[in-house]
Amino acid sequence: MKLNTKFGKFGGLFVPETLVAALEELEAVFIRYKDDKKFNDELNDLLKNYAGRPTPLYYAERLSKIAGCKIYLKREDLLHGGAHKTNNALGQGLLAKYMGKKRIIAETGAGQHGAAVAMIGALLGIKTEVFMGSEDIKRQRANVLRMKLCGAKVVSVESGSRTLKDAINEALRDWIANVQDTFYLFGTVAGPHPYPTIVKHFQKVIGEEAKRQILDAEKRLPDYVIACVGGGSNAIGIFNEFLGDKNVKLIGVEPAGHGLNTGKHGATLNKGSVGVLHGSMSYVLQDEDGQILETHSVSAGLDYPGVGPEHSFLKDVKRVDYESITDKEAIGAFKLLSEVEGIMPALESSHAIAYAMKLAKRLKEDNANNKENNLDKNETKTKNPIIVINLSGRGDKDLEQMEFLVK
Amino acid sequence: MSKYNLLFKKLREQKKYAFIPFFVIGDPDYETSLAVVKKAIDAGADAIELGLAFSDPVADGVVIQAADKRALDSGIKVADAFRFIAEIREYANKSANECLLPIGLLVYCNLVYKRSVEKFYSDAKKAGVNSILIADMPLEESSLVLDAAKKNEINQIFLVTQTSSNERIKEINKLSSGFIYLVSVLGVTGARDKFSGDVGAFIKRVKENSTLPLCVGFGISNKDQVNEVIDAGADGAIVGSAVVKLIEKNLGNKEKMKNDVSVFIDAMKSK
Repeated sequence: MKLNTKFGKFGGLFVPETLVAALEELEAVFIRYKDDKKFNDELNDLLKNYAGRPTPLYYAERLSKIAGCKIYLKREDLLHGGAHKTNNALGQGLLAKYMGKKRIIAETGAGQHGAAVAMIGALLGIKTEVFMGSEDIKRQRANVLRMKLCGAKVVSVESGSRTLKDAINEALRDWIANVQDTFYLFGTVAGPHPYPTIVKHFQKVIGEEAKRQILDAEKRLPDYVIACVGGGSNAIGIFNEFLGDKNVKLIGVEPAGHGLNTGKHGATLNKGSVGVLHGSMSYVLQDEDGQILETHSVSAGLDYPGVGPEHSFLKDVKRVDYESITDKEAIGAFKLLSEVEGIMPALESSHAIAYAMKLAKRLKEDNANNKENNLDKNETKTKNPIIVINLSGRGDKDLEQMEFLVK
Repeated sequence: MSKYNLLFKKLREQKKYAFIPFFVIGDPDYETSLAVVKKAIDAGADAIELGLAFSDPVADGVVIQAADKRALDSGIKVADAFRFIAEIREYANKSANECLLPIGLLVYCNLVYKRSVEKFYSDAKKAGVNSILIADMPLEESSLVLDAAKKNEINQIFLVTQTSSNERIKEINKLSSGFIYLVSVLGVTGARDKFSGDVGAFIKRVKENSTLPLCVGFGISNKDQVNEVIDAGADGAIVGSAVVKLIEKNLGNKEKMKNDVSVFIDAMKSK
């Protein structure tokens, strides 16, 4: 391998030998095209005219009023396909096209990545197959229909917990058998090298835009940038540009499911330990023997016992704080944002919204205490903090699951 | 000299190949699994490959996946698996003719890492393991375990596949000891009636770029295939899914299970 395969001790390529040559080939193509003018002209044209970049950074005024601080939403939900996943699907899809691959496979949890891959397969005229856990097929029916409509074959995965983890296992097995003509379009910043690096490369546009936009709007950097973390691609996408800005606090929000102490959650960085899953070393939810645990989250996209290796690194070096939000809190935020802003967030993104509201409440209380104790130095920054939330996807796909809210 | 060196030296002198069946430890439960593996030794297996059941075996097809699940559902833990191996080692040492019998362990990386590499390898040595193959650990990550393997006198086995370049095969040969495990098919484990592609040419290519004995696995289910790989220059054949299927097929009749395994091994081994 030519590029660094690790983030500190995390990452690497823990894969069966059959895949090493394919990963080397993928890395070589990525190096060849990532700064290539023709490739980037084509990608940027598609990002702009097909997918709708740049996405807005929206000042959520009514939500801000409730929160007592300024909240901006990075509107990846407005991207074509309904989530940030399109950025990566377009980038890797073009790589597949340049490599002359005849078939694209992908895994999907919530179906957002699967839908993005199906769209891009249709756009580029490449046959696509998407592996999806049967449990997720049930709860994300709308996305299954979208994938099929775009011509993708959806393969139902019945093993294990029948969710994202098992879909990745099955996609890897397919790739091992069909490695010569098949491109594995991996959806998140996890998996073996070079995927964490490639997916970051195609998602970092989120943070680059957000930084320009917040500087335009506020003439200063935000105090907090918040994103939900499953595998962690939308979070890396928005965090990356701010990593060097030490005064910007970065917060990743994991799914606490029924609660961190119930065993029914997907909070890998909060409750896991270091291990090897799906090709990389990272934090993993596992038992004392190293068997991978089944997870739970109301949001299929966060229902995963692993996490991207760079997040493990950022946790250990304490650059990013990883918090968690329960199913119940996330559903509350889903409802809140719909009611006060007319924006229906994906259940995944709802975790980030919910945490931002919790944080805002705490900041308000701290502020009040400071005033009481005469500690308020009248700094606008502490009085009026700015929070940027990555609204990574829209909630249309979750409507059926959330129908009970309006009954 | 390692047990593998002794075994392949002996077999070469006798112009024979090694027949190596694979089992998942604890499939379908500890006691039955123990009885089946003992039967395989009695039937004349030259070496044994034992797999540690893992929750997410990405290199395995449906048959081994199901075996892993049966073993895990029966409650088997890594500590039990080492106890199991120790029992097999003791049994093999008692059977006068088979005192060589190398035992290989097939495992996924997370089980090794979680126990800590050092402890895993020393536990393996104590139990009587002679080689370890980590299915999801290519050369690139092997520095994690090579010292522990050396210190505990365990042969580290690596896979070579049709996608491995000649340069890479040389590198693998350098870091391996005992034997090289050739993956005969592009794909996960699982019995096939015949090979896709030119297995003979692949074996010859590996032979030209290596010095260690070559054992071929993944996809072998019958004697014709064994003959094909041996004629092409392999030193041994490893059969997993076809053996494990005999366990799966006879879950309701343990006597028949043992008997079927015994008959199968007798038919496949070098005579």
